[in-house]
Amino acid sequence: MSTHQLTERPSRSMLFDGLARYIPIGATVALLLALYGGGVANYPKFDSPQVIAKLFIDNAPLLVIAVGMTFVILSGGIDLSVGSVMAFATMACAWLTVDAGISAPLAVALVLAFGTAWGLLIGAVIHYFDVQPFIATLVGLFLFRGLTLQISDTDVSMRDVEFFQWGMVHAVDVGEIRDGGFWLPNLSFVAFAVVIVAFTVLHYTRFGRGVYAVGGSESSALLMGLPVARTKIGVYAVSGFCAALAGVLAAFATKSANPLANVGAELDAIAAVVIGGTLLTGGAGFVLGTVAGVMVWGMLNTLIAFQGNLSSWWARIAMGVLLLAFILLQRVLARSGEKRRT
Amino acid sequence: MSDDPIVQMTGIRKDFTGVRALDGVDFTLRPGEIHAVMGENGAGKSTLIKVLTGVHAPDAGRIRLDGRPVGFHGPAAAQAAGISTVYQEVNLTDNLSVAENLFAGREPRRGPFIDFRAMRRKAKALLDDIGLDLNVAAPLSSYSIAMQQLVAIARAIDVEAKVLILDEPTSSLDRDEVEVLLGVMRRLAAQGTAMVFISHFLDQVYEICDRMTVLRNGRLVGEWATADLPENELIGHMLGREAAELEQIERTVAGHRVADEAPLASAAGLGRKGSIAPYDLDVHRGEVVGLAGLLGSGRTETVRLIAGADRADSGELRLDGAKASGHNPRTAAARGIAFCPENRKTEGLVGDLTVGENMILAMQAARGWARSVPAARRDRLVAEFIEKLDIRPADPDMPVKNLSGGNQQKVLLARWMLVEPRLLILDEPTRGIDVGAKADIQRLVAELSGEGMAVLFVSAELDEVTRLSDRIAVLRDRELIAVLESESERTVEHIVDTIVAGGRHE
Amino acid sequence: MSEAPATGGKRPNPYAKRLMWPVLVLAALIAVNIAVTGFDFIVPEVNDGRLGGAFVNILRRSAPLLLIALGMTLVIATKGIDLSVGAVYAIGAAIACQMIIGAEDQTATGLVLGAVALALAVTAAIGAWNGVMVAHFGVQPIVATLILMIAGRGIAQLVTGGQIPKVQDASPFTELGRGELLTVPVPIWIAALVLAALALLTRRTALGMLLESVGGNPEASRLAGIRAKGITVLVYLVCALCAGLAGLIGAANLGSADANNGGLWIELDAILAVVIGGTALLGGRFFLLGTTIGVVIIGTLEDTIINVGLSSQWQFTAKAIVVFIVALLQSPGFRAWVLKPFKRRPAPAPAEEAMSK
Repeated sequence: MSTHQLTERPSRSMLFDGLARYIPIGATVALLLALYGGGVANYPKFDSPQVIAKLFIDNAPLLVIAVGMTFVILSGGIDLSVGSVMAFATMACAWLTVDAGISAPLAVALVLAFGTAWGLLIGAVIHYFDVQPFIATLVGLFLFRGLTLQISDTDVSMRDVEFFQWGMVHAVDVGEIRDGGFWLPNLSFVAFAVVIVAFTVLHYTRFGRGVYAVGGSESSALLMGLPVARTKIGVYAVSGFCAALAGVLAAFATKSANPLANVGAELDAIAAVVIGGTLLTGGAGFVLGTVAGVMVWGMLNTLIAFQGNLSSWWARIAMGVLLLAFILLQRVLARSGEKRRT
Repeated sequence: MSDDPIVQMTGIRKDFTGVRALDGVDFTLRPGEIHAVMGENGAGKSTLIKVLTGVHAPDAGRIRLDGRPVGFHGPAAAQAAGISTVYQEVNLTDNLSVAENLFAGREPRRGPFIDFRAMRRKAKALLDDIGLDLNVAAPLSSYSIAMQQLVAIARAIDVEAKVLILDEPTSSLDRDEVEVLLGVMRRLAAQGTAMVFISHFLDQVYEICDRMTVLRNGRLVGEWATADLPENELIGHMLGREAAELEQIERTVAGHRVADEAPLASAAGLGRKGSIAPYDLDVHRGEVVGLAGLLGSGRTETVRLIAGADRADSGELRLDGAKASGHNPRTAAARGIAFCPENRKTEGLVGDLTVGENMILAMQAARGWARSVPAARRDRLVAEFIEKLDIRPADPDMPVKNLSGGNQQKVLLARWMLVEPRLLILDEPTRGIDVGAKADIQRLVAELSGEGMAVLFVSAELDEVTRLSDRIAVLRDRELIAVLESESERTVEHIVDTIVAGGRHE
Repeated sequence: MSEAPATGGKRPNPYAKRLMWPVLVLAALIAVNIAVTGFDFIVPEVNDGRLGGAFVNILRRSAPLLLIALGMTLVIATKGIDLSVGAVYAIGAAIACQMIIGAEDQTATGLVLGAVALALAVTAAIGAWNGVMVAHFGVQPIVATLILMIAGRGIAQLVTGGQIPKVQDASPFTELGRGELLTVPVPIWIAALVLAALALLTRRTALGMLLESVGGNPEASRLAGIRAKGITVLVYLVCALCAGLAGLIGAANLGSADANNGGLWIELDAILAVVIGGTALLGGRFFLLGTTIGVVIIGTLEDTIINVGLSSQWQFTAKAIVVFIVALLQSPGFRAWVLKPFKRRPAPAPAEEAMSK
């Protein structure tokens, strides 16, 4: 019926706009390769595969909370409570198994359910009462650090609980490390599973796409008839679950609960997410970018360890500098986008 | 066309803190018709739509859909019942792809997972159907606003809507794109979809609509078949006649302006792409220049360039013959230009601050933070202007957000009168305020120009413009089409004719 | 339109009204402490020509938090937030201590003054940088200051070389934290002076009003011709300067600068104090006196927990509860939800006739 046929091809500058989404993550991957290349060039044994494997052993809990944080930040929120929730989860595992004598699998299940429930609650407060995410999750930061300290203000060992040996059992053993082999424990694969599930959910389910839509524009999402309440509450539940799971992984890794563990872990997670190319204002980013961001953090620490005479604070400074660079890069990209459209 | 209405709204009332946005409005929509809702800013069009789509709950009145009473708790519920809306602002998320925007929330799935291939195929088919050829996998942000708007319309059409509401969908479209849209609308109407069309482009309304409902100040003016309502009568209904008590403000126009004096401010080819076409306009000392035109004709855009609120991208502004460079609100104020913007709440006043603080703001801004206006002088000035403008309650320490609209407007006026500007720009100062305050403000404008101040006066009400102005600039479709000088031309009828004629010689 | 009602008695001062709740909470806390520990809690005592007593000690220990919270109040008034203050605290402390322990004679007054000046200059520069990021680059405040929140402690470590520099007790630097002047502890003097200075700066000049204007409605402020950018940078600068000064007091009190734990989470306490004091996180009106009371409440809360016999671990839990309650009370959505059962149906037409007058 209609006589007109309107065609619009994304023009070259507009194509750039589409590609702009990939510039931050491209930069992250390039940075990662450069760090690795620099390490290999300067330190013997840096090319051992175990160096890479170790990234996923040491940083498995961080990876898990960063994935949860990715959901929250993509939706336009922020979750400051993950470090405390994680410490609380570890401590709760210890307390439930060592002091209360509950069987370990049940204790882990309880902890995970509790983390999710907490996320649901705080998400509901954020959505229905319109409390800023920053403040609402600040409650969790204080509350769970306090509760953790109340359970115990000293380390609690879980060495005697058989179940917690499972985490560090070698799941994969490829040759001897001396001969260029590597190994990975079970807990790394738990982290991998979280990444894969998160990737699938974010990219291939309605909930996942809803997270992007809400982060892109909450009011538009509402007018498009999307389930905004469910989505916003859901991301905090995901983050709460991930924080609890990270706490369980930490229990596996260290077999002890330290009441002051993971102070500032939320900052590391946020930094990893942003360096992984996710926009702090929400709506754009990738889970795999977050993986790259966590790897950058791990790689910086590894480099510092290999150097030997540098202290670990350099990793924090480098992370800050990278964060600055990425935030300014995102500003520039956003500005050029705005200019083209008006 | 069946005569059983699909939507029937009766006696709809809606109040927002102290302002009655809709007052006993009736609206009837029949299947297969395209129905225009017409009115100026603040007439209540958007509120009526939002009540229908469940964004706002009405305070009184009832809505029937297909004869059954309904009340929606939000846009999702309205959508589920078959009422689909396209808003003026593109309400899509431009970080997602075109296809995802078309199907967000109802993506085709295989098991729990979205079937992207099927989604892209369906998106392609849907867009083909309305005559669009886009790369559906590209992010929406890579397309122009116009294309995004068409995508929004495609989305609204695809949800099998019984009622499709189009709220100013064409304001960012060019001629070809409008043709595509109108074609789609005609086809949908033929299939029996009822449509509500809101647009400030009269030619489009006359081209496509079967029927019109006209609102003014939240009240129903009437409903007409398009064929029965000529353009000049429509404009008359929209802009309306005012209450008789305003008629008494007489103003002797002659004598203020010194005829051969050089203009105080002179715009030469001043313009901004996408906002207002380049225009020439002079303002002299002691004269009131009115700006008349329909909503969306570029009234506000014209004065914002002179006020420095927006940056011009062509032409120049001369003040006393000297080019004004680096024009922004601060330098404009320093050059003696004062600007009371159209939207008091979002652009004019700081709601939390007190009446006195809001009044002193421009004077203080000019002095910088370090040189505070001495308390005694400040209190004296504030008290003086509260009395002079009859601001009620006469309490300088009351937060300004607690005042009524008319008094808020007076506070804004006082802010600029305090700094004694040479050119006062008033953008719809009398919109949405009560009759008494309206008369006060009109009287004030007459007084100020009598004292030698130049005034640029924007108003949607032609009566007001003709009564106050020495000269009237007429705008249509973001273009200044005429400046009416002689007294015989400065009549409501002549302005309406000018606007109507301005549309014809395209 | 009737005559405006004659002013029968003065309307309560809006500031007094805002301060009522915090003052009541503080009074309740003090009452609890008095009930548990007796009147000694509130009555100052003089030992060795020095003011002491439980409450005075609370004030003395709260001084660094007060400094930071005052700066934070101004930042929040502009619709901003500064997350970097804890890190800036650590940087200020690290710079001063490191410079002093690097010298031959730690008791030299000139050295101490130089160290203090250097620390304050660096922290002011950091604040200016934050402000430029926010005002000129258009980065959201929470994001702009997050960078230094993450990297700042690393920078402090860099300054101290990873050690915890210990200043000799004989150095006059420690007077900043432990000394007294006219029997009143020096930190209290400094905090009171800064409070007075900021109050004068904001309320005697037009800075306060312009800040509230920019925070309350940025677009209206722009159209009124206010130079918002300069003001924004200034506010972040003042905030960082306060944080640096707080770091100096904290370090002087301990005689050392711990880059990892000095001022840890103080940004969150500061934000909490600001919110308790009645300043909304959305910007606009700010209350320096309210913030001061908020700080004293937080300080008293910490002591109260010990005094009523709870373990000090309860501190965090108590703070969490306070944040939660304050956040909910400030939320219009929550208030509407709570009040819903009590609200009558909206009155018909005549009610809003009165409104429009």
